[in-house]
Amino acid sequence: MLDFIIRRLIAIIPVLTVVAVFVFLMLRLTPGDPAAVIAGDNATSDQIADIRNKLGLDEPIWTQFVIWIGNILQGNFGESFFFKKTVAELIAQRVEPTLALAICTLVIAVAVAVPMGVLAAYRHGSLVDRFVMGFSVMGFSVPVFVIGYCLIYVFAIELGWLPVQGYVRIGVNFWGFLERMVLPSVTLAVVFVALIARMTRASVLEVLNEDYIRTARAKGLSNRVVLMRHALRNAAVPILTVIGLGIAGLIGGAVVTESVYGLPGLGRLTVEAVLSRDFPTIQTVILLFSVVYVVINLLIDISYTLFDPRIRY
Amino acid sequence: MKSITRRMLAAMAAGAVVAAAGPVLAQGKVLKFVQNGNLTILDPIQTTAYVTRNHGYFIYDTLFASDENNAVKPQMVDKYEVSPDKTVWTFTLRDGLEWHDGKPVTSEDCVASLQRWGKRDAMGTKLMDFVKEFKVTNDKTFQMILKEPYGLVLDTLGKPSSNVPFMMPKDVAATDAFKQIDKYVGSGPFIYVTAESKPGEKHVYNKNPKYKPRAEPASGLAGGKVVKVDRVEIIEMPDVQQQVNAMIAGEIDVIEQLPHDLIPILKKDKNVTLVDWNPLGHVFIIRFNHLQKPFDNPKVRLAALYSMRQEDYLKATIGDAAYYKICAAAFICGTPNASEDTKGLLIKPDFEKSKALLKEAGYDGTPIVLMQSTTLPVLTNMAPVTKALLEQGGFKVDMQAMDWQTLVNRRTRKESPQAGGWNVFHTFSVSADALNPISNSYFVANGEKSSWFGWPTDPQMEKMRDDYAKETDPAKGRALAIAIQARALETAQFGWLGQWYGPGAMRSNVSGWLKAPVPVMWNIEKK
Repeated sequence: MLDFIIRRLIAIIPVLTVVAVFVFLMLRLTPGDPAAVIAGDNATSDQIADIRNKLGLDEPIWTQFVIWIGNILQGNFGESFFFKKTVAELIAQRVEPTLALAICTLVIAVAVAVPMGVLAAYRHGSLVDRFVMGFSVMGFSVPVFVIGYCLIYVFAIELGWLPVQGYVRIGVNFWGFLERMVLPSVTLAVVFVALIARMTRASVLEVLNEDYIRTARAKGLSNRVVLMRHALRNAAVPILTVIGLGIAGLIGGAVVTESVYGLPGLGRLTVEAVLSRDFPTIQTVILLFSVVYVVINLLIDISYTLFDPRIRY
Repeated sequence: MKSITRRMLAAMAAGAVVAAAGPVLAQGKVLKFVQNGNLTILDPIQTTAYVTRNHGYFIYDTLFASDENNAVKPQMVDKYEVSPDKTVWTFTLRDGLEWHDGKPVTSEDCVASLQRWGKRDAMGTKLMDFVKEFKVTNDKTFQMILKEPYGLVLDTLGKPSSNVPFMMPKDVAATDAFKQIDKYVGSGPFIYVTAESKPGEKHVYNKNPKYKPRAEPASGLAGGKVVKVDRVEIIEMPDVQQQVNAMIAGEIDVIEQLPHDLIPILKKDKNVTLVDWNPLGHVFIIRFNHLQKPFDNPKVRLAALYSMRQEDYLKATIGDAAYYKICAAAFICGTPNASEDTKGLLIKPDFEKSKALLKEAGYDGTPIVLMQSTTLPVLTNMAPVTKALLEQGGFKVDMQAMDWQTLVNRRTRKESPQAGGWNVFHTFSVSADALNPISNSYFVANGEKSSWFGWPTDPQMEKMRDDYAKETDPAKGRALAIAIQARALETAQFGWLGQWYGPGAMRSNVSGWLKAPVPVMWNIEKK
């Protein structure tokens, strides 16, 4: 197992190298000039050229790349062209909202979707099953921002139960934090509930036809024990895989959700950085997302062993 | 042990609520303000971005400022004198001016600030061409000695919009004009709270308790800057629909500018007041690339102008006639230099004349590359209108859609459109930036040296602009401005395509939003 983890961690290096080269080149080769954005609409070409020079953007691409990689190897991710802060500082400021959103979304999604899927499988073909399937189709089909606006209209504007937008840090006011996380998390969770519920239903349905389930029932075990201990546990591997993939999708969903709800997280930082062509910030955030993605996949792989003793690394 | 009674629980709960509310109450009156864009750069000399300019007005002060009638009035300056030959300007600062760190504002600070700004701003650069030297007489008095009389000294020092000549401490102003400052100390009515400000989330400004406002009532950007709230928080909210939702829910107090399609929603909310805080509004612009065919030929550019009709643009982009004005004056209707004598150009198209001019110019039918910005809502519909009008006027048009930042980058490219350059694009400007031929950068015709994108070259225009700059008689200045507008149309240097207004919104418990080209937060009360 330890060998496996070490090998997987070492495998991060080529992945990050490829991502770094790709992101760096993509940013340099696509249109967009941070100097022009900084200078503003009334600046002349000469003024923009001066700013480009001060930012080091008139150096050859390979020189810029070597400088950037050299700095990264020394733990220096550079300074944002715009915010006059180091990228590490910016990311540190923005991690909490994104992490909070991701955790709340996952908790809601798993807590709602798994029982829904199990119930749908158990009541296969019933009205409950059709409702779960219908909800799944809706969850996949409706864009995140539409769900967001609908929830805001009902719960924040019409009923006034929850705030429209904003973020309160967990250490500042826990109740304020919770209040402001409900709508974004539910919004983002809808698509994951759809995804996980569907996968849970399919997996459990398959397992329910296995011989050992029939045996368990023949032993006189209750439905709850059969479902939770025998069916769900054996159906867990594909469900975990979907949850793992979902976390990657969650990064994309967070971009939209954070923009709609005004959460100052990494998703919004990414959008702002892309729109203003803040190269150091984009590069670092993409690298960070890659690391997160690889590590989550590793954790999911490891967690398989908890549910299926046949899996060994 | 006593059991916990319901009353004790209620008392504990009340205590918890008071404790939780403590920091909020301690902050006093907090005004929550949403700007039209994220504030990222905090140096108003480094960028012309309006959100940064607005930040500048919070924490910095200016030597002069324009009032609601666009008249320039002293602000940090107590008195000023000009020598009989109009080459020596002597400025004396007001008593009691202090930086936020407690140090006094000195003449040396002001001279350093003017010099840094003079390297970046279009009007500042022009002024500096005339400045022989600055002389510091004492801590409160300094002189600006000119090589020859310059007619726009006060207009330049009191210019309301980007780049505004904000005064900074000498050590901050010593920063390279092409690098960002990293210390945000001013002498203005608010203090920037760096520790509580989080880019992308909020920016915090506390009332400057030591600020000494002028005695005159506030008017435009001039007069007494009396702060009537304890703190202003700029809330970063990128989604305009959410800005409106938050305003309805009472979570924010002021929105700088509303998108026109969302105005009706707030108009019918009795808790919200719409404010036309910028009476001069904005002006749409069409810009030609003078370096590349076919717009290197003035006849082709003129043909394009003959195809334009302001009303089509304004209807397509703004919609509601209450928020736009058809105006043939390049220097903005209702201001001293305005003249609507364009013989119908830009107002009433003449497609036959356009076709005749194209034929005369030998236009070969190569499609012109029209860049369309799709990310700034107010500009999105401009290019399709241009495409339709130009095609009626005999042009072939290749409209290319892109995000605004891509357009901003591509417009710097001087190559042919086939090699990644461009022929024509649209933008808009705050009208306050367009009031005379010096501040209006679209009139610069100095070629690739210092003209705005499109790089027109017209020595006659440059001479006329110089004459305007040197003219100290307002009547003669106006005559020159009218001649300059006529010259710009004669050479079809660029086109101005109508004025439009974007009202802001505030909760009905908020009052005192001043009419000015910039949204300023002094004088605003919150009940």
